[in-house]
Amino acid sequence: MCVRGLSKSYATPQGPLPVLRGVDLTLEAGETLAMMGESGSGKSTLLHLVGALDDADAGDILLDGVNIAGLPENGKATVRRETIGVVFQQFNLIASLTVGENLAFQSRLANRYDPDWMARLTQRLGLDNLTGRYPEQLSGGQQQRVAIGRALAARPRLLLADEPTGNLDEPTGDAALALTLELVAETGCGFLMVTHSVRLASRLQRQATLAAGTLIST
Amino acid sequence: MNARLFALLLTLSPVAVNAADYGWLGEAASGFATPKPGAPILFPQDHAAHPGFRTEWWYLTANLTGDDGKSYGAQWTLFRYSLEARDGSGWDNRTAWMGHAAVTSATEHVFAQTMARGGVNQAGVDNPPFRAFIDDWFFEARDAQFTAGRLHARGARFGYTLDLTRSGPFVLQGDKGYSRKAGEGQASHYYSQPFFSVDGAVTIDGQKIHVTGRGWMDREWSSQTMAPDQKGWDWFSLHLTSGDRLMLFRLRGAQDYRSGNWIAPDGGVTQLAGEDIVFEPLDHTSLEGRALPTRWRVKVKSRNLDIVTSALNPKSWMGTDFPYWEGPIAVSGSTRGEGYLEMTGY
Amino acid sequence: MRQICWTLAALASHWRKHPANLATLILGLAIATALWSGVQALNTQARRSYDSAANAFTGGKAQNLVAAQGGLFAQDLFVALRRAGLKVSPILEGSARIGKKTAKLIGIEPLTLPRDVGLAPLAGNRSATGMLTGDGLSYAAPGTIRDLGVLAGERPLTDAGFKLPPLVALSEAPPGAIIVDIGVAQKALNRPGRLSRMIVAPDMRIDATTLTEATDRALRIVEPEEDSDLARLTDSFHLNLTAFGLLAFLVGFFIVHASFGLAFEQRLPVLRTLRALGVSARALVAAMVIELSAFTLLAGGAGVIGGYLIAAALLPDVSASLEGLYGAQISGALTLDARWIISALAMAGGGALFAGASGLLKTFNLPVLSVARPIAWREAHRRYLARQATFALLSLMVAVLAGYFADTLEGGFTVIAASLLGVALLLPLALEALLRIGEALSKTPLSRWFFADGRQEIAGLSLALMALLLALATNIGVGGMVEGFRHTFIGWLDQRLVAEIYYEAATPHDAREIEDWARKDKEIVAILPVWRSKTRIGDWPVEVMGMTPHTTYSEHFPLNAATPDVWRMLHEEDAALVSEQLARRLKLSPGDSFDLPTTGDSWRLRVAGIFPDYGNPKGQIRLDHTRLAQHFADASGIHYSLRVAGDATTRVMTRLQETFGARIARIVDQAEVKKISTEIFERTFTVTTALNTLTLVVSAIALFASLLTLSNLRLAHVAPVWAIGVTRDRLATLEMLRILVFAAGAALIAIPLGLFMTWALVDIVNVVAFGWRLPMHIFPQHWLTVFATAQVAALVAGLVPVRRLARAAPAELLKVFANER
Repeated sequence: MCVRGLSKSYATPQGPLPVLRGVDLTLEAGETLAMMGESGSGKSTLLHLVGALDDADAGDILLDGVNIAGLPENGKATVRRETIGVVFQQFNLIASLTVGENLAFQSRLANRYDPDWMARLTQRLGLDNLTGRYPEQLSGGQQQRVAIGRALAARPRLLLADEPTGNLDEPTGDAALALTLELVAETGCGFLMVTHSVRLASRLQRQATLAAGTLIST
Repeated sequence: MNARLFALLLTLSPVAVNAADYGWLGEAASGFATPKPGAPILFPQDHAAHPGFRTEWWYLTANLTGDDGKSYGAQWTLFRYSLEARDGSGWDNRTAWMGHAAVTSATEHVFAQTMARGGVNQAGVDNPPFRAFIDDWFFEARDAQFTAGRLHARGARFGYTLDLTRSGPFVLQGDKGYSRKAGEGQASHYYSQPFFSVDGAVTIDGQKIHVTGRGWMDREWSSQTMAPDQKGWDWFSLHLTSGDRLMLFRLRGAQDYRSGNWIAPDGGVTQLAGEDIVFEPLDHTSLEGRALPTRWRVKVKSRNLDIVTSALNPKSWMGTDFPYWEGPIAVSGSTRGEGYLEMTGY
Repeated sequence: MRQICWTLAALASHWRKHPANLATLILGLAIATALWSGVQALNTQARRSYDSAANAFTGGKAQNLVAAQGGLFAQDLFVALRRAGLKVSPILEGSARIGKKTAKLIGIEPLTLPRDVGLAPLAGNRSATGMLTGDGLSYAAPGTIRDLGVLAGERPLTDAGFKLPPLVALSEAPPGAIIVDIGVAQKALNRPGRLSRMIVAPDMRIDATTLTEATDRALRIVEPEEDSDLARLTDSFHLNLTAFGLLAFLVGFFIVHASFGLAFEQRLPVLRTLRALGVSARALVAAMVIELSAFTLLAGGAGVIGGYLIAAALLPDVSASLEGLYGAQISGALTLDARWIISALAMAGGGALFAGASGLLKTFNLPVLSVARPIAWREAHRRYLARQATFALLSLMVAVLAGYFADTLEGGFTVIAASLLGVALLLPLALEALLRIGEALSKTPLSRWFFADGRQEIAGLSLALMALLLALATNIGVGGMVEGFRHTFIGWLDQRLVAEIYYEAATPHDAREIEDWARKDKEIVAILPVWRSKTRIGDWPVEVMGMTPHTTYSEHFPLNAATPDVWRMLHEEDAALVSEQLARRLKLSPGDSFDLPTTGDSWRLRVAGIFPDYGNPKGQIRLDHTRLAQHFADASGIHYSLRVAGDATTRVMTRLQETFGARIARIVDQAEVKKISTEIFERTFTVTTALNTLTLVVSAIALFASLLTLSNLRLAHVAPVWAIGVTRDRLATLEMLRILVFAAGAALIAIPLGLFMTWALVDIVNVVAFGWRLPMHIFPQHWLTVFATAQVAALVAGLVPVRRLARAAPAELLKVFANER
């Protein structure tokens, strides 16, 4: 992944509010990067842009050499489906589907469903006995593991996570992160995690800090 | 006396109907005949209706004594008025008829009103012999000379049938039948028959009483309304013990207009000048929120007449469409007698 | 108080953020009130008009005199009675065409008119002066003047070429009537010297003996009570209207309930916070009640205005059908009535309170601290479905019980209402089942999600969908009844109206002469006297009509049931044909006997047959012509039908009119009778159809409102799927598809439910209300229309919310993932 000169501002009643002011960032396959910064520094926005969830004002986002910044809605959806996996703080599982269905959802959408990988993933995530349940019947840690599994099931090239452990207690969060890093290493994808915890950030290979929309250290 | 005639015109006056809406008054002013001094009154012809004039009435009052010894009074009136000068037959007839009847005793005063349209034979006057009728009420002469007649009326609580016998001539009121009502020339044609003796029966609330007494017939026709300042009138018809009859009236206006006729027992008539007559209300009776003078002092100076009249029943109120007071009175003072009093505009 | 004020401010801020929710709430309440109060306004108006009409001539207590044999009588009778001392006043009534409208022309005589009847303002000198001088005056109620399309002061011209006197507004005038002088009426109606009735002064009572002596049986006394038949006969019509109003209110109520529920859920956190901040439960509830009252006033007020507009729009049809069916004249100008406004507001308030009751109760019992656990929707959903099922079963039980015991109109409507409600409550369960099947059958993850998510959506949409179901079912049910009636009625008319010409002679004497003349006319094949009289069986008015032996009847007259030799029996024995209504009322079958009150003694008759008599509010009995004349001395000898050879109808009619002129009071040909009859029914059903359509529109609004309020919540469900890589367009399409599936489900259930409703209307309600039973007809093409309507309604309702989703900016979707959620 290669980000060049990425800018984004939001319209507010007081005029455009710049959130990102020309960010450059590179992340190789298999590399893990923690993005830190204060609230409002733009780290979530950067993640949304990289995740093809939002449109940038300027700059390029190259994923495997494809610039996704200029893609239309359809193209972006395809990228989200096939190239990227996202884990949100709120997990955002699909309440109406079972754990098993949630896990397989994205990979099936992307037509990359691999039963063996699915089985291994389920087992690795410790969700073997829970596939028939619905998300609301799970604990927070279990839900987060379902979210991680769903994101990785389609073997994305890039895994994004936005405060993935923000809703979990420390030991549960640590365990979830450890598991994520193991699986990232196994699939060889890139991993970009937004967090404001220095402790968690330190467990990743690289750390970067955003302040007022600019990358100040990597 | 034309007082009641004015009453009718009052009901049709702009006070009662919005002239701006109907616009009939201006139209009506023309088209009707006007009473003229010196116009002869002929009998029996003039017992009939005078359609050329706007309004007209046939009227009889009777002072009666019952077999029970009590005094009674009876009134029978048929009014005719033309709604407009244009006329036609059937329902196109533009004449309205109204009958009023009443029986009065010292304790009761019962009355009735009925109305009719001309043209369909519900009401009218045939002549000769004379017969005025409305519904089942009638006032009829036995013959063209009116030597005798009969009177009938009926209301919800009363009824009467009275036989009349004439003992004197018809009398022309005013100046040979031309009776002025105001200084400005309002007038009517007016004759009376004050020499009827009466024999019959009155019924009040189912109780039938044989009565005898004296009757007074009035006939009047005209077309003109009262003078604008005139508010109402007081009218007296009196039978005196001397055998003389007396008719007096005053129209109450900015200045009262007083007039009268003295009728000798043989029917000879003398017109009385206004200054000759004095009216003085003595006692008032409160009726329907108005105060009506039901006891009067009346003087005719030239005749040395100084009498007090008192009502048989001070509550002789005619609560008809246009309400007025009409009832029998007793005369005392310089002479005695009886008669009828009518008061309007109070 | 301070507490309540600030609480109110905090609560009200919610509506600023959710204007759509507020709009739905107000709109729902306003529409519910409007439909209800509109119908009530129509009923009130009609009842007021009956009173005014009934009072016009009786003042509630005056006797009337009419011709003993019906029709008109000579004015000489009036004069004779007056001269005999009876205080009567002459009246001539007739109808006059003025432009496209028909007005009832009433001729009065102002001088004799009693002072205490409805027309009293026209009694006496003053009015005589107005009516009889210059051009005269005509009087009509302000509404009538408006209906006639003339202005006060103008002189209406009748189609017969008569110029009526200038019109003056008189609010006491009976609706639809122009009052003129009797002389004017006789000219305008071309009835010189004739009267139709006399009013007896209320302080006078005339007994039959006096009348007979005075008029030699020419007249008959009509006691004041007899006219109140109108109110009784029209009762069922009004009950029908009321039932529709109630149904419409119910549909509107669903909207209100839904939006209140939603608002409550959305405001739950605020309520908790307020309680935590020290607002007492009492103050909180008080504030909510105040809020509710404000809505009631606002929405109720709007509803009253809306109701007025609806009533004003429907009034012409309502009055036309009431006039056609019952001869009742309804004022064409709506009058506002304080009572009506108050009742509408009360209905709105009651509805709002009932809809908000559960929210208020919950608020009152709200724990200050809630366990912050994710809402277990699945469990809640299951509980919800169980509750729905329970209530549905209860409703259906009520329906079955009512059906079993129903022999009243109320019972019939209970069956319909309870079964509608029961099935409506079952709708979410049915949709749930439908979606489960879909889920089980689906192969792709997206279609699986499509069905699974739909199940979650049901709870939010169920009220709106139930409203839609009710509206659709009613549409099918009532539509089926109306269409069925039209079929039956037109077929029946074709059979019943065989004679080519129908006429009414001015007097029995004229009738005889016309009969003699007609016998000599070569183109007239048969003269069928249809003499008639009236009687009462119990307290029910019954028409008695004569029939001569003729193939016109024996070959064509439609019978529901009959003895084998019905026609021979009718003419040779003491037997009668009895109308279906009357037979039902008296529980008679062919072969049974009953007593018929005649002008003499009562007469024992056997039922030879029972015939359908659609649309007649009174009972009817058909007798042999000769026997009728024997037993009913007062039988009108003026009504006749003519059979005419080939295409001679027009020629014969012209000849009759030319020969007899005004001696024929009325003459119409078959086509005209059919046209008039069908027009009446079309107008009756216009009202039904309009209310039906309004109900459907309301349900579409309910659906729209629910979808709109749901669309915010839907975002949270859709966003994760979008984030995983499904485009907004695709998602929007799926959302729309889901709405269409729901609507289709509702429509599919509505078809059998509607059929059931048709059955209940035809078999229970109509029989009780009108006394006749229609054959049940089925109209599959109508179902298709309704199905399509449901789809269109859903499409329209879903368009805005779905477009909003399709156009949602990514930022909006991303908010779902934002931490502060």
